[in-house]
Amino acid sequence: MNELTTPEVINTRRRGFLKAGAVAGGGLLIGFHLPLALRAGEAGAAANEFVPNAWIRIDADDTVTLRVASSEMGQGVFTAIPMMLAEELECDWTRIKVEMAPAEKAYANPIIGMQLTGGSTTVRAFWVPLRQAGAAGRELLIRAAAQTWKVKEDQCRAENGFVLHKTSKRKASFGELAARAATLPVPTEVILKEPGEFKLIGKTTPRLDTPLKVNGSAVFGMDVKLPGLLTAVVARCPVFGGKQKKFDATSAKSIPGVRQVLSIHSGIAVVADSFWAAKLARDALVVEWDEGANSKLSSAAIRAQLERALKKKSVSARNDGDADKALKAAGKRIEAVYETPYLAHACMEPMNCTAVVKKDGCELWVPTQNQTGAQLVASQITGLPPGKVKVNTTFLGGGFGRRSEQDFVAEAVQLAMATGAPVKLIWTREDDMHHDYYRPATLNRLSAALDKEGMPVAWWHEIAGGSIFSRVFPNSIKNGIDNTSVEGAANLPYAIPNLQVTWAMENGVVPVGFWRSVGSSQNAYITECFLDELAAATGKDPYAYRRVLLAKHPRHLGVLDLAAKKAGWGMPLPAGRTRGIAVAEAFGSYCAQVAEVSVQGGQVRVQRVVCAIDCGMVVNPDTVVAQMESGIVYGLTAALKGEITIKNGRVEQGNFNDYPLLRFDEMPDIEVHIVKSSENPGGVGEPGTPPIAPAVVNAVFAATGKPVRKLPIRL
Amino acid sequence: MITLSVNGEARDLEVDPSTPLLWVLRDTLGLTGTKYGCGIAMCGACTVHADGAPVRSCVTPLSAVVNKSITTIEGLSKDSSHPVQRAWIALDVPQCGYCQSGQIMTAAALLAKNPKPTDADIDQAMSGVLCRCGTYSRIRRAIKQAVDVKARGGVA
Repeated sequence: MNELTTPEVINTRRRGFLKAGAVAGGGLLIGFHLPLALRAGEAGAAANEFVPNAWIRIDADDTVTLRVASSEMGQGVFTAIPMMLAEELECDWTRIKVEMAPAEKAYANPIIGMQLTGGSTTVRAFWVPLRQAGAAGRELLIRAAAQTWKVKEDQCRAENGFVLHKTSKRKASFGELAARAATLPVPTEVILKEPGEFKLIGKTTPRLDTPLKVNGSAVFGMDVKLPGLLTAVVARCPVFGGKQKKFDATSAKSIPGVRQVLSIHSGIAVVADSFWAAKLARDALVVEWDEGANSKLSSAAIRAQLERALKKKSVSARNDGDADKALKAAGKRIEAVYETPYLAHACMEPMNCTAVVKKDGCELWVPTQNQTGAQLVASQITGLPPGKVKVNTTFLGGGFGRRSEQDFVAEAVQLAMATGAPVKLIWTREDDMHHDYYRPATLNRLSAALDKEGMPVAWWHEIAGGSIFSRVFPNSIKNGIDNTSVEGAANLPYAIPNLQVTWAMENGVVPVGFWRSVGSSQNAYITECFLDELAAATGKDPYAYRRVLLAKHPRHLGVLDLAAKKAGWGMPLPAGRTRGIAVAEAFGSYCAQVAEVSVQGGQVRVQRVVCAIDCGMVVNPDTVVAQMESGIVYGLTAALKGEITIKNGRVEQGNFNDYPLLRFDEMPDIEVHIVKSSENPGGVGEPGTPPIAPAVVNAVFAATGKPVRKLPIRL
Repeated sequence: MITLSVNGEARDLEVDPSTPLLWVLRDTLGLTGTKYGCGIAMCGACTVHADGAPVRSCVTPLSAVVNKSITTIEGLSKDSSHPVQRAWIALDVPQCGYCQSGQIMTAAALLAKNPKPTDADIDQAMSGVLCRCGTYSRIRRAIKQAVDVKARGGVA
């Protein structure tokens, strides 16, 4: 507990990881040292340009530029990263400039080891290093001032963009001191503030991207403009695993504005002067597909595959006690089968990427969560070294995991290479829906044994589904377990002596990928709803039941109690309303939610959601509130509406008419309560999603007395 | 040649009149604040004003608006000073931001027609505009705040 209330002293020389340097024109740069990287301030550091891996740049004119190396997809990193840097730097927050960092090894997320925004890791990963970078900058500026004034450093302090000398009242701006600071060695130790000293961190700070997002000036991938830019739309085989056999582009080519029709790895591309011309021509292509072996695949067949896998392929992900024996000896035994469907991400901005490929380099403008991956895929396709691939990260019109993939980058690079022109590849909404990396469909068998008091003595959860890691990080699969598939199930917090969780990997042809909160998004629903079934079997209150089983988990209990209290758990409700509760730990944070629903004529209406979140120390409180609201709405769409089905080897849904999202008039009242905590930060972008489906389903269960074992809820 | 009035300026266009207004705005005129989300009038990201009324530019052919005055998010105000934009800033409504031009244009059209909308009026006007980030609660609060700002003569 509380380790951050003691000042952190970091020997930066020993670790050799911070570095400083000069900018032409008399400025200071602070970055992380990489052995092979250019030293700041030397060749390559032209005026007004960052060296490749700096975080902070202070110019002689007092401009402080801070770099953001994580992708802004709504979760607020464009503000949170500068807050962490500025907190220790003591610059003037109102005068900072923020820009997106390029793809560069030094910007890798320390938790993931790649420049990839995912797993709700940005604040967690950069919490210490960015504050260290800020503190190093501040110390250098103080040292420069002390040397200039010939006074002791400990008589000087930095505040709001100036260094001040206590006794003489002298003051100098960061810009005035930057040139001298850049000549000094990086401090060997930096002392970080105690949380009580924070000026920015923990205070609600207006988002820096908001002004750009209310007047149309924020540049998303779709909005990139370049001279001579062409637009491409691709026809892809609707059947998974299918290929093109032949095509006739005669009528496509007759559409004005069409430049080229060409075959690429993923289909047939039309390149035109405008999107509309490209889209019309794409639709006018006459294509004969070789649909391959999957042309008869259906959701029912996939379910049967999962059922077979459950019987034959299960490996253990957790095994406490002897669940099998305890179940056989049980007086009261409860069993259930739970199912979750494939889900699309449905980012509001469909997939797109703009690329230029020249002999000596490639440049991308792309709304990506994965700069490292984009750079690598472009390098593989062009044969250029990764360092010759420049990645410009635009704002992302939603990410949710979808934009960690490279399919759209690969297409754009191929097309830019083939045409020799700048090409913006745009997916239509239907392309996006038909060719997603879907949240895996899963089939789950659960068995539990209850003792005389109705408390569980055995729990066996068998899961079958597709594995994401076996495609993207195959080396991470150990003993047949993909941790993302069992997260939210294998880490079940409840005190149950005999507990077994097994996983059966069944990788079908439907591609699966990371979907906001990944395995926890289904597993929290399955485990939290089955737990309510156990409580109901012996007439116990589901909140009280959880409290007993969570006695040794104070952070789970903390959010559970807070959510229950704020929701008025146990208090009377208006007629026709019921409550449900759920709690989940995900991405280092703890979240409990109470949903109030009304069920009428087979329709579920979610009226109110009370959310309690313990995400440790908070950088920007209003962003935490917004992310809980966001995670809840994302999960509500999944609970109430979301389902991708397969027929004849293809996805049946194509647009928002058949893949509906939660709408404005269906929005519940959401209240968010943040637990005050001195723990290290946990994630924020995803932890709001897992508890909402079970909280809603448990409320529906309370209303109808019938468990809902399959999503979306259909009564 | 077609002449179209966009954000108070007459623009001469050599475009097939069947082209959706959305792509004329984005690709021909470079006004990329208006977004493509679905292409079938299901998400509202492409909402602009035609003679003050909200229209789905993704399904509106250019030919249907030649005599109308089009306003896009870029033309709603010169300096983000429209009461709706100011309320959006004050409440930090946007997350990813992609749908927000459509949200703001829809809300602005609502308030122009109905300066004191009820919750039911707000529901009806806003339910056609999807937000995947879940900013709906803040949008409702921001619309109400914009109503208050307008009631005080535009002073926040």
